[in-house]
Formats: sequence, C-alpha cells, structure tokens
Amino acid sequence: MFDVQVVSPETVSYTGQAEMVVARTVDGGDIAFQTGHVPFIGALAVWSVDVIKDVATDDRDTFAVHRGFVQVSGDEVTILSDVSESKDAIDVARAEAARDRAQAALQADGDDAEAAAALHRAELRLRVATGETASH
Amino acid sequence: MPGGKERELKRRIASIGSTKKITRAMELIAATRVVKAMQRADAARPYARQITSVIENLAAGGASVDHPLLREADDVKRVGFIVMAGDRGLAGAFNSNPIRAAERQLMAHQTEGKDYVLFCVGKKPAAYFRFRNYRVDHAYDGFTADPTYEDARRIADEVADAFISGEVDEVELIYTEFVSMGTQRVSVRRFLPLEDTSVMAEVGGGSAEATASYEFEPSPEAVLESLLPRYIEARLFGALLDNAASEHANRQRAMKSATDNAEELITKLSREMNAARQASITTEIMEIVGGAEALGSGAGDELDVASLLAEIAGTDGALAPAAATLANTHPSPES
Repeated sequence: MFDVQVVSPETVSYTGQAEMVVARTVDGGDIAFQTGHVPFIGALAVWSVDVIKDVATDDRDTFAVHRGFVQVSGDEVTILSDVSESKDAIDVARAEAARDRAQAALQADGDDAEAAAALHRAELRLRVATGETASH
Repeated sequence: MPGGKERELKRRIASIGSTKKITRAMELIAATRVVKAMQRADAARPYARQITSVIENLAAGGASVDHPLLREADDVKRVGFIVMAGDRGLAGAFNSNPIRAAERQLMAHQTEGKDYVLFCVGKKPAAYFRFRNYRVDHAYDGFTADPTYEDARRIADEVADAFISGEVDEVELIYTEFVSMGTQRVSVRRFLPLEDTSVMAEVGGGSAEATASYEFEPSPEAVLESLLPRYIEARLFGALLDNAASEHANRQRAMKSATDNAEELITKLSREMNAARQASITTEIMEIVGGAEALGSGAGDELDVASLLAEIAGTDGALAPAAATLANTHPSPES
C-alpha cells in the first residue's frame, strides 16, 4: 500500500492509502505506480490522476490535475499541483458551459491555443465528474 | 464660569470612550484573523517543502542548471524590489518598517549607480514611494490581509517576466517575516536569480543528501523547467502569507496598546473632572455662606447659618457632605 498525498499550494487537499496510482506525464503517456516502484519524478499532463484504493473492487478516487508533478519514493506518492480538483469539487454545469464556450471559440478561430487548452480542461473535468475511468 | 471645565472634560471622556470601543473591536478582530492567517501559513508549508524536495532530488539527479531564472547577471544594472506591506494603517510599525528597509536598500543601490524597479504589494508602500517621487512600475493591492495563491502567481509571473526579459538583473524581496505571535521581523532577501539548486535544497531545510536515484519523466531538464516557476510562486505565496499574519499580529498589538492608553486617559480625566466638580461645589457653598453672613451683619440680625446649611443639605444631595462640614464650624446661635 502507498501513502498518497495531493498537495496544493494552499493546503494538503487529500491524504489516503492506495494500492495503485495511475497518472499521465507530459509526453510520457500513462504510468501506473505500485509499491516498490523506483523513485520517480514526473511532470504531469493536463489529465486525471486515479488513486486506486483496491484494485480488485476498483475502488478509486479520481482527480482532475491541470498541471503539476508527481513524486514517488519508497511507499509515498505525492501529487503536487496548484490546480487539482476531486470528483466532488467539480461543477458540471460550469464545466459544460466552459466546454461550449471553448468550442465556439475554436470554431471561429481554429488556431486559438487558449481555447483549445480551455476545451481540454473542460473535457477533463467532465470526464472526471461523470466518473468514467481512465481507459479510453 | 464654574462647570465649564467640567463639561469640557465630560465631553472628552465620552469621545475617548467611543474611540476605545473602536480600538477594542479592531483588536478582537485582528486576534481572530491572526490565528486564521497562521493556520493558512502552516497549511501552505507542505507544498513548499515538497517542491523543495523535488528540486533537491533534481539537483542530485544531475539536472543541468541552465535556466533563465538561475542565470546570474555579470553586471547588475537594475535591481527589482518587491516591497510587501499592508493596505491599511493602524498596525503599529508594520507598514513603515519594511518600507524604510526597502528605501535604504534602494538608496544603497543607487549610490552604486544601479537603477531600480519597484514592485509594491499593498497600498501603503505604493503611496509612500509615489509621494516621494519614486517610480512605481508595478503595484498590487487589495489582498494583503488575506492573499490567495492566484495573487502570488500574478506577482510572480510579472517579476519572473521582468527578470527573464532583462528588465531587471536581480530582485530583492522585502517583507515582514512571522516568527511567532510576539516576534515579527523585516526580512530582506534575494529573490532572483535563484540560488544554485543544491543551495536551494539546503535553505529549504531538506536533507542535502538525496539517497535514492530518481527516474525523471520527460527529463530532469524538462521537469526543472516547469518546476522553477512554481517554486517562485510558492516562495512568493509563503511570503504573502507570512506578511498577512504579521499584519494582523501587529494590528492586534497596536490596538491593544491603544485601548490600554484610552483606559488610562479616561481614568486620568475622570479624576480631573471629579476634582473640578468638587472645587465648584466648594466655591458655591462658600459664596452662599459668605452672602448669608454679609446679610446677617447688615441687618444687625443674627441669621441662622446652621439651619440654612441644613436646608441646602436637604435639597441638594451633592452639596450635603460639604454643608455638613460647614455646619460643624458654624454652630447654631442657640447652642
């Protein structure tokens, strides 16, 4: 079992124990950590982090992490992120509105990088909020 | 006119009393806020510690340290100053101490022929420097009493941009460090360029020996690249939180002594007022007695001073003790 911490600049927003943690690094793709993983530091992509408490029953906590780092050492996993939201903290209506706004902006200007990023974030929020798993 | 001084004193006492109510309320509010601010500062510590630990491991992992934020200028021409204080006064020396420290630094650099760029955090430093005709290029206010991470990021971004673009070659951070409830001290520190990563790790209180060799993804350089801006934000955020806690602690202390002073002043003025009242009463009685005696001797008829005094004592409660004393010195004619 791992000790998992999600740390934001303002506070430690989550602590718990898990058998496995799944995250996605920048350019690296998904990576799953289990006990005994080599010490690891990675920059996280705008994606979800799954804290799987029990692999057999698939009991998990999912977070939307918009940027941050993961540090694994021994039996500790620390997610450092200035923008991370748990499933319950996501406002679905707001995320939907943001997605529609971003889509409209992209339709008007296909090269709008900011709108593309906003769309990406909104879709991530919705995906985490509706409880779909990381498989896709 | 007798009574005039008394009225005047009464008015002053009432006005000091209402000032006291205000300072007492501010003291209580600051007391609850300082506790909250301390908790926030404590809650923010794990993040700063973890970021430092990552940097430490990066340093041990041999990440090359050629990042714009680490670059030392060969010739420092312009120095940036981040001056943190408050938006509001009535906090003792909380605003003036860092401002004065900053001005001293600034003048010292000026004598060395270096230019300055001011980043003022809080209304007070901006007002101070503007009034003295310094250039204030960046000013932020409205949040010093309760800063959010978003505020820290905004400031950190602008400071980092100024540094990377070469607008400034060095940045100093001046704020009030919160040591404990009783002690807050002004801290003047170099903010940019960042020290070498290994130095950072030691300053951050991490164990300098990172034993495990880490894997990095995508690469140590890429992690460092995205980590350093976060590190700057976290450091600035920590300073903002310390500054806020110091502000409340200072205000609480200042308001406590203001309340104490008001109390002392009220006691002193009340005594003065009582003495003035007593004096005017004595004068009044002396006038009555003097008048009565003059009347009595004029008519050749012995006037009953004692019964007159008894009458006074009966009608006016306040005069009673004085009248009684006088009655003893003027025995009635029959006895």
